[in-house]
Amino acid sequence: MMIRAKLTPLALAAVAACGASPAQAESGWSQLNMPPGVTEISRKIYQLHMEIFWVCVAIAVVVFGAMIWSIIAYRKSRGAIPDVTLVHNTKVEAIWTVVPVIILIAMAVPAARTLVEIEDTTRTELTIKVTGFQWGWQYDYLDDGVAYYSRLDRQSDAARELLSGIDPSSVEHYLLNVDHPLVVPVGTKVRLLITGADVIHSWWVPAFGVKKDAIPGFVNEAWFKVDTDKPGLYRGQCAELCGRDHGFMPIVVDVRSRADFATWLKDKAARAQAAAPGAAPAGTPATAPAVTPAAVPAGTPAAAPAEAASAPAATAS
Amino acid sequence: MAEPHAHAAPHEEHGHKPHGWRRWVYATNHKDIGTMYLIFSCTMFFIGGGMAMLIRLELFKPGLQFFDPQFFNSLTTLHALIMIFGAIMPAWVGLANWMIPMQVGAPDMALPRLNNFSFWILPFAFTLLLSSLFVPGGAPAGGWTMYPPLVLQTGASFPMLIFSIHLMGASSILGAINVIVTIMNMRAPALTLLRLPLFVWTWLITAYLLIAVMPVLAGAVTMLLTDHFFGTTFFTAAGGGDPVMFQHIFWFFGHPEVYILILPAFGIISEVVPTFSRKPLFGYEAMVYAVASIAFLSFIVWAHHMFTVGMPLAAQLFFMLSTMLIAVPTGVKVFNWTATMWKGSLTFEPPMLFALAFLFLFTIGGFSGLMLAIVPADYQYQDTYFVVAHFHYVLVPGSIFGIMAGVYYWLPKWTGRMYDLKLATWHFWLSAIFVNVLFFPQHFLGLAGMPRRIPDYAVQFTDWNMVSSIGAFGFGLAQLLFPYVILKCVRSGARIGNKAWEGAHGLEWELPSPPPYHSWTTPPSDAVIARGAAH
Repeated sequence: MMIRAKLTPLALAAVAACGASPAQAESGWSQLNMPPGVTEISRKIYQLHMEIFWVCVAIAVVVFGAMIWSIIAYRKSRGAIPDVTLVHNTKVEAIWTVVPVIILIAMAVPAARTLVEIEDTTRTELTIKVTGFQWGWQYDYLDDGVAYYSRLDRQSDAARELLSGIDPSSVEHYLLNVDHPLVVPVGTKVRLLITGADVIHSWWVPAFGVKKDAIPGFVNEAWFKVDTDKPGLYRGQCAELCGRDHGFMPIVVDVRSRADFATWLKDKAARAQAAAPGAAPAGTPATAPAVTPAAVPAGTPAAAPAEAASAPAATAS
Repeated sequence: MAEPHAHAAPHEEHGHKPHGWRRWVYATNHKDIGTMYLIFSCTMFFIGGGMAMLIRLELFKPGLQFFDPQFFNSLTTLHALIMIFGAIMPAWVGLANWMIPMQVGAPDMALPRLNNFSFWILPFAFTLLLSSLFVPGGAPAGGWTMYPPLVLQTGASFPMLIFSIHLMGASSILGAINVIVTIMNMRAPALTLLRLPLFVWTWLITAYLLIAVMPVLAGAVTMLLTDHFFGTTFFTAAGGGDPVMFQHIFWFFGHPEVYILILPAFGIISEVVPTFSRKPLFGYEAMVYAVASIAFLSFIVWAHHMFTVGMPLAAQLFFMLSTMLIAVPTGVKVFNWTATMWKGSLTFEPPMLFALAFLFLFTIGGFSGLMLAIVPADYQYQDTYFVVAHFHYVLVPGSIFGIMAGVYYWLPKWTGRMYDLKLATWHFWLSAIFVNVLFFPQHFLGLAGMPRRIPDYAVQFTDWNMVSSIGAFGFGLAQLLFPYVILKCVRSGARIGNKAWEGAHGLEWELPSPPPYHSWTTPPSDAVIARGAAH
């Protein structure tokens, strides 16, 4: 439609695009801050972020205030006479060295405390191996013999081609949707073992406060525990430049109730075994009993907008 | 009172001064070489800036309109390399060439032929780098940080990238050696270290940083080279190497490099603010020690660039604390500049305007730097546009505005002519407004979850990206005024005397404008030095 008009003269594209923006404006302008997220850790991170932000604002008010005062009050045009003797003041200099140190210590303590919590990967209940590759993710439920790939969904993939002619705002969750999301239960400490298959990637879901590099040849650990009352779909992206399609390897996590998750996992395990009777794929052979396909969960409660993403996940093998 | 030695120069001049193209190719004069450095820097600023415009054009709206993602990655990679190694660093060396001999009472740089060599390496280095755009596989696209294994996937341009980095590093080391030798051996006898102007001090410390870390970068890229061509596995886990080791080595270079890019700007601000406040710099010695401690700390903070690679808890805590510590000497500097203006008598000529914008906007970059030091929060900021906003705030209104303040401050000295103050003021206001339109929204984008180094984005990021792009185009256009103001000044500026600015102090202002071919043929007397010393 109006995309066509933009194809021809390159210089005009920028101008033409101005007209297209109001349609998408409803959510864009209000996105100014980090989301608090849906885990205890992500909320603590958010709190740290806001604390250090307000500390900076307070310092800015004092420092910028003094600068602005100098600019206004000590203008030569207003007859200001310079006080050339004011070149040194040990007391003041000591204060503005020591006070920042105190503020920094006050900031470092809660930050260190949260960091210690983040690094505590003990007592996890579910382990999933995450492998970043060019360009997508592989999820491997190590104890259940379930493994599958997760890539950019078809609609986004078609629209993101150079001059595709498809308006990105017509695509649901453009560039933030995958074919098969990672499925996890709520209220469960999920451990991720993150690695890379080719180059370095980084697994990032802002709502969980988790960003960890996927490094070939090494295994990184991370964990998250989504609030029991916050099932739903959470989205993120690869956060380490990994080549041509770095911008096109999103992450979607489908957080379900524990019961729904258990059913989903059993079904997946059964299908995996059925598909490869002799050799179980990646990891330990699944011992889970076969479950009838009728047990496929009927979507997730808080996931209305992205059914497109979650539905095929259940049928993938 | 006019000093006799200032006029002794023309007598020296006749025989040795080559003319025509030889003047530039065989140049050994610090002013000629300084001019070439500055012209080179300006050229690279516009090439790198042109790439930034293309980047912002593609990011104006979601969907890919212009470039293949691979070429987009080449643009971001080359933009960074060109701006860092081609625009900012040569500008500092150019300013050092012009100003250090004048400011320390020397006739020229200590090692003139080395000086010529260190400059003439650069055009070859960047021709090599830029010509990589035309080889099979395209220009390097793995980011200026060149992380393996990704960078090892680079096509035919890979050795060009490595060799051009080697050349840039060699040029920097030679330039740094020259600066150190000039300051240590050529300064006027009465000019003790703690009487040196801050620009000389910051450059002295910068030069030591360069000599310390450029070989580290050379080592890192050489290991990449052997991994790629000679079967070593420094950075390949399958062969017993470690890709993260590259990041440690790279950032051991990279963090001091950040200060290489900003310390000379600190020096210029410390010259400009007192001049236009008509008041000596507040806390001169504290300023020197603050720069020295920043330089020292810059060696022990490198891993804050890589908190997400999975370091041990103790290492993360150490790098968080050491990074936060840098805020203390940096704060001292900002407070001292503010105190310099306090009870001064301020006027707002273009150099002062750029210095004031520096004070406000560099400080904003410092605040976001402090936020980035908080490791748990950094997990959310890392590799997002928040980081892009942070380092552009310290590099554009920091380093670039510092360079512009310096050029507008000393241009009348170099040319003997005053530039069009009104036009330069326009250049300032357009730059200062658009730089914020350009980079401030990138804080929002990063916090809202937009990763950096992506050619296309989810639709909720559209609005602020459009604002940012509009800011970029405005900023880019405004920069065209800069060379125009300079050319106009060189051609037709009104003649000025020794001192371009009422409140200026320092040895350079004791020389005629333009200064003689060999700046100080006899060292300035103690009386001249005392008059020049602003503290």
